[in-house]
Amino acid sequence: MTPILEARGLSRSFGSVRALDEADFDVEEGEVVALIGDNGAGKSTMVKAMSGNLALDSGTVLFDGRQVALTHPSDATRLGIEVVYQDLALAPHLDPTQNMFLGREIAAPGLLGWFGFMNNKEMRRKARQSFNDLGGTVRSLTSPVGNMSGGQRQQIAIARAIAWANRVVFLDEPTAALGVVQTRNVLEAIKRVRDTGIAVVLISHSMPEVMEVADRIQVMRLGRRVATFKGADTTMEQLVGAMTGALETEGQSS
Amino acid sequence: MTNTPAAPDLSKSDAGRRSSAPPVTENGDGAADPDHHNESIWARLRSRQTTWIFLVLVVIVAFFAIKGGDRFASTGNFLLIAQNLVVLAVLGVGMTFVIVTSGIDLSIGSVMVFASVVSAKTMAAMDGSGGTVVLVGILTAIASGAVWGWINGILVAKAKIPPLIVTLGTLSAALGLAQVITSGNNISIMKVTGLTDFGIYQRILGIPALVWVALVIVVIGGIVLHKTKFGRYTYAIGSNEEAARRVGINVDRQLILIYLYTGALAGVGAVMYLAQFGTTTIAGATLTNLNVITAVVIGGTSIFGGIGTMFGTVVGLFIPAVLQSGLVIIGVQSFWQSVAVGVVLIAAVWVDHSRRAAALRGAKKKSTPRRKGRSRDSNPSSTPATSSSTQQ
Ligand SMILES: Nc1ncnc2c1ncn2[C@@H]1O[C@H](COP(=O)(O)OP(=O)(O)OP(=O)(O)O)[C@@H](O)[C@H]1O
Ligand SMILES: [Mg+2]
Repeated sequence: MTPILEARGLSRSFGSVRALDEADFDVEEGEVVALIGDNGAGKSTMVKAMSGNLALDSGTVLFDGRQVALTHPSDATRLGIEVVYQDLALAPHLDPTQNMFLGREIAAPGLLGWFGFMNNKEMRRKARQSFNDLGGTVRSLTSPVGNMSGGQRQQIAIARAIAWANRVVFLDEPTAALGVVQTRNVLEAIKRVRDTGIAVVLISHSMPEVMEVADRIQVMRLGRRVATFKGADTTMEQLVGAMTGALETEGQSS
Repeated sequence: MTNTPAAPDLSKSDAGRRSSAPPVTENGDGAADPDHHNESIWARLRSRQTTWIFLVLVVIVAFFAIKGGDRFASTGNFLLIAQNLVVLAVLGVGMTFVIVTSGIDLSIGSVMVFASVVSAKTMAAMDGSGGTVVLVGILTAIASGAVWGWINGILVAKAKIPPLIVTLGTLSAALGLAQVITSGNNISIMKVTGLTDFGIYQRILGIPALVWVALVIVVIGGIVLHKTKFGRYTYAIGSNEEAARRVGINVDRQLILIYLYTGALAGVGAVMYLAQFGTTTIAGATLTNLNVITAVVIGGTSIFGGIGTMFGTVVGLFIPAVLQSGLVIIGVQSFWQSVAVGVVLIAAVWVDHSRRAAALRGAKKKSTPRRKGRSRDSNPSSTPATSSSTQQ
């Protein structure tokens, strides 16, 4: 089976820092791949490279087996790739609904829509639905996101990504600010999304979380993939060993 | 879609934090919009600076109405005030968009002078005084304003030069070119009676035609800002430009269009000025930009972007104008108007600032959302150099 999304030999330096160093990555239809690694290992940079937010020094990205140029976020969006960024990338002065539909507003019916008017009521209804599916911690759909708690903002960003992704969704530490219940909801949502055939890439520092939902686990260290594990038969020791470099696992990488 | 098994736990855990909050309503598609249920109209109004500043205007008007009597509180005086504001109002529409994006346009007064000079020169060179001449005059004014706006937009959006610098440059350049074109002499268009009659004598329902023109432009500007995608993207850019880019909004194009429209509106303002006074006033627009910015900011538009209303801008225009008129009528030196406007400006921003700071209880507004725990910037040693030798 060809992966939906595959990266081969991606490199990118920031000054003297090699954020990505010949890094590989791949994710298939209907699977959850966890991308783990120490702080600064290059996980977020990898996500940016595969979502059109980063100019690469070298390397190729393949989508459905074909080489694609992701030079702009909209290139990724067009392919059905959505991202929950680590910094969430919400507009603090806009409300949750406006954020969720930003750039994809539902047009008002008829001539009004042609003039750029929007169907705010319909957008609010759909947004409410999405937030409820994630456990409904987002209470007001009409107050600015900037006034909300970190967890609420995270839910908004996740709801937005899940609502629009139809091939691949990247979640860069989606549960970092969430409470226990909300974390559960996100993990359940991840499984639901996967079951619809969408590929999910989960970045997380929580090993129990990773081992629960991931079908495969890819480990990054110093800007490259150093190991790939099957989610089911992996131990915590193996993961930590690969992340810190204590365990030489290069041979196992796909 | 699917049910939410965690909902009961959720409302329980929330009850501890916000005991007064109503329970989450599950029926998002009920007839009554469920998302307004816990925010009364008053609560929403109270949270807006526009409301407060509107009350300030009401108080000022009431004060002068009592002190100045009929000489202030008369239809004639109010129409006079409105008439004096028509040009600033049209410029204020564009400026509101610009400031909502967290930009600024200092060039607006110079661009208006430039447009009025080009337009007046064209009209003066033509034969006749009616329709065709006026139409050509209007089009040249709008076009020459739009060109300057486009230049501003390109430099801000593409060359990434700060708007303050860009428009400081075009402020100087546009005024300089206006002087070059005219050798510094003003151009009269009194012979174009089609335009000046409209500006000076024409009334509709007893209200000067130019006031109607300004009103229509302000209303259209308000609708575009508050009701359309164009407006929403304007807020999004001012709120978090990076987020706007990531969701695929063409930020550069949006910024260029906003500055271009602002320039075009300066062209419209130029025509209105010519219609009102029958001549260019090359040296007369040095404070126009600051007056417009003052009005927009008094009206509650945040200079940091992301916040603002068109109604606020209108209120912000009226406060200085009413002060000016009222002070003259009650016999106070009108120079005090400048002092009063300065005080109102600073007070308005200060009140807004402290109110918002209180609402957020110290949380920072503009910063990107906080993360729990790790920070990649503060932890450069997380990939120890000693382990790099184990790489392949
Ligand atoms: N825009 C940038 N400019 C300079 N250096 C950068 C930039 N983006 C990333 N880096 C560097 O690249 C390296 C990898 O960063 P990245 O954010 O991908 O790490 P990460 O694996 O996501 O870490 P974390 O777990 O802390 O989120 C780091 O050393 C970081 O400092
Ligand atoms: Mg990261």
